[in-house]
Amino acid sequence: MTQPIRVLLAKVGLDGHDRGVKVVARTLRDAGMDVIYSGLHRTPEEVVTAAIQEDVDVLGVSLLSGVQLTVFPKIFQLLASKGADDMIVVAGGVMPDEDVVEIKRMGVREVLLQDTPPDEIVQTLTRLVAERGER
Amino acid sequence: MSRYVPSSELVERAARGEVPAIGRLISRAEAGMPEARGALATIYRRAGRAHVIGLTGVPGSGKSTLVAALTARLRTQGLKVGIVAVDPSSPYSGGAILGDRIRMSDLVNDPGVYIRSMATRGAMGGLARATLDAVDILDLGGFDTIIIETVGVGQDEVEIAKASHTTVVVSAPGLGDEIQAIKAGMLEIADIHVVSKCDRSDANRTLVDIKQMLTLGAATSAKPEWQTPVVGVSSYTGEGFDALTRAIDRHRDVAFGTASGSRRQLAIARFRLEKTAENLLIERFAKAAVTRAPALAERLRRRDADPYSLANELLAASFERGSAHERDHHRPPHFAEDHW
Ligand code: B12
Ligand SMILES: Nc1nc2c(ncn2[C@@H]2O[C@H](COP(=O)(O)OP(=O)(O)OP(=O)(O)O)[C@@H](O)[C@H]2O)c(=O)[nH]1
Ligand SMILES: [Mg+2]
Repeated sequence: MTQPIRVLLAKVGLDGHDRGVKVVARTLRDAGMDVIYSGLHRTPEEVVTAAIQEDVDVLGVSLLSGVQLTVFPKIFQLLASKGADDMIVVAGGVMPDEDVVEIKRMGVREVLLQDTPPDEIVQTLTRLVAERGER
Repeated sequence: MSRYVPSSELVERAARGEVPAIGRLISRAEAGMPEARGALATIYRRAGRAHVIGLTGVPGSGKSTLVAALTARLRTQGLKVGIVAVDPSSPYSGGAILGDRIRMSDLVNDPGVYIRSMATRGAMGGLARATLDAVDILDLGGFDTIIIETVGVGQDEVEIAKASHTTVVVSAPGLGDEIQAIKAGMLEIADIHVVSKCDRSDANRTLVDIKQMLTLGAATSAKPEWQTPVVGVSSYTGEGFDALTRAIDRHRDVAFGTASGSRRQLAIARFRLEKTAENLLIERFAKAAVTRAPALAERLRRRDADPYSLANELLAASFERGSAHERDHHRPPHFAEDHW
């Protein structure tokens, strides 16, 4: 039996759209993963602290409010300063293509936007964790 | 951590209170990594300072909300608090949505609090296999009080009483818990009874019911040095938390300073020993079963032999050194050895 992948799903800022993130939570649970949900309206500090305490494999941020270009620099800066630079960060939600390019440049490994099929989300996370290897 | 850090090094970092190291060690304990075995042994021997509080109660009784409110109180006393919150894994997928933490969100900015969510992964009894390893790691990491929230137990899943110095049983009003408590054998295991949600008008009835049952039953006779209190609290209004923290303080003194406390500590050690042995047995057995059971089952089907003889053969195979697993080429290296 292999170890279940641990994921923290996070909502940051004033974004109140939680339908998608809840769908993702169930999808990952049904794929055998351990899922922790941050709840709405967290700060980047709170999300990074929770991700480190929980030692998740993947920090997944769901954003439908358009603040991705301010949120991700903070998240990566916090992860680095707290000694957790091996954490896999992915994003989902709604955002323009040019922002997807930009946040990937910052270090977001994959961005899975609206209408991504559940299987693809599961496969993406499984692949990223497998590529990272033992830790 | 950008590269693989050996567990022995993580132990030293965890002992300095470094949160990433504490988190990673707990993950390795959960994974049962052989590489971490020596480190966990070291940790166990260095730990033993913290006061371990077990919190249990039926699903939805308000445990997580109460842990958050209680922790905020303990923080005002200057105590560092570690929390291990256990939630059930889905029996279908093996995955889990670990929902306790969301009720404790207010604590996340306090560096004196560490919260870890843990899935049962099929373990019975209300705890996960690595829960007590996590407690030791937090103990080493300098947390003074460690609170374990069990899964919402409905039946007699009362392992928590054998794993904590102080067991708090939570009952909510209006759940018909006066009956449930008896069924679950939870009256007996409580060192402190809490009736939660006392902002509700039906709470008083539950308080009275539980007090009555305690005086009726022989529940307290096994604990001569301790009179089990019943405390009503509301995690919303803060009502009752002075009384609850006082009860916890008094019970900590009993747990660490009396003969019955010493007996309890011995019982905790014994449970840990037997549980660890049980897990080892199950693992060895499961490995032997993978390779040996098909052939044995075939003999059983042909009625070549009887179930007891073949079962004994299977058990014996579990103890052949390096039997089952050395033939198993499909597993990653760290699963190819037996681990605890
Ligand atoms: C439903 C909805 C609402 C509902 C939300 C209900 C709820 N509890 O979630 C309500 C009516 C409350 C609402 C309100 C608002 N909304 Co609205 N809303 C939508 C709408 C129509 C659908 C969103 C949705 O639920 N989709 C279904 C789910 C399943 O999809 P999803 O969230 O995209 O998730 C999928 C993927 O993105 C991915 N995913 C999502 N998260 C994650 C995370 C990870 C880690 C991974 C791997 C994958 C992943 O997986 C999911 C499954 O495939 C969108 C339009 C749209 N087309 O997206 C607008 C939209 C998001 N809303 C918008 C706006 C502007 C608002 C309001 C500000 C409107 C207003 N002026 O009041 C408010 C803000 C509320 C708030 N506090 O945040 C804009 C956002 C614009 C932007 N980002 O620049 C949108 C895009 C509409 C538009 N075209 O203008 N909204
Ligand atoms: N009125 C009232 N409701 C409360 C109180 N504490 C918790 N609740 C509510 O009770 C419900 C369950 O609370 P939780 O803290 O999640 O209960 P739990 O026992 O941890 O639940 P599980 O972990 O799922 O078994 C939630 O809806 C809470 O808001 C309280 O003091 N008063
Ligand atoms: Mg809970």
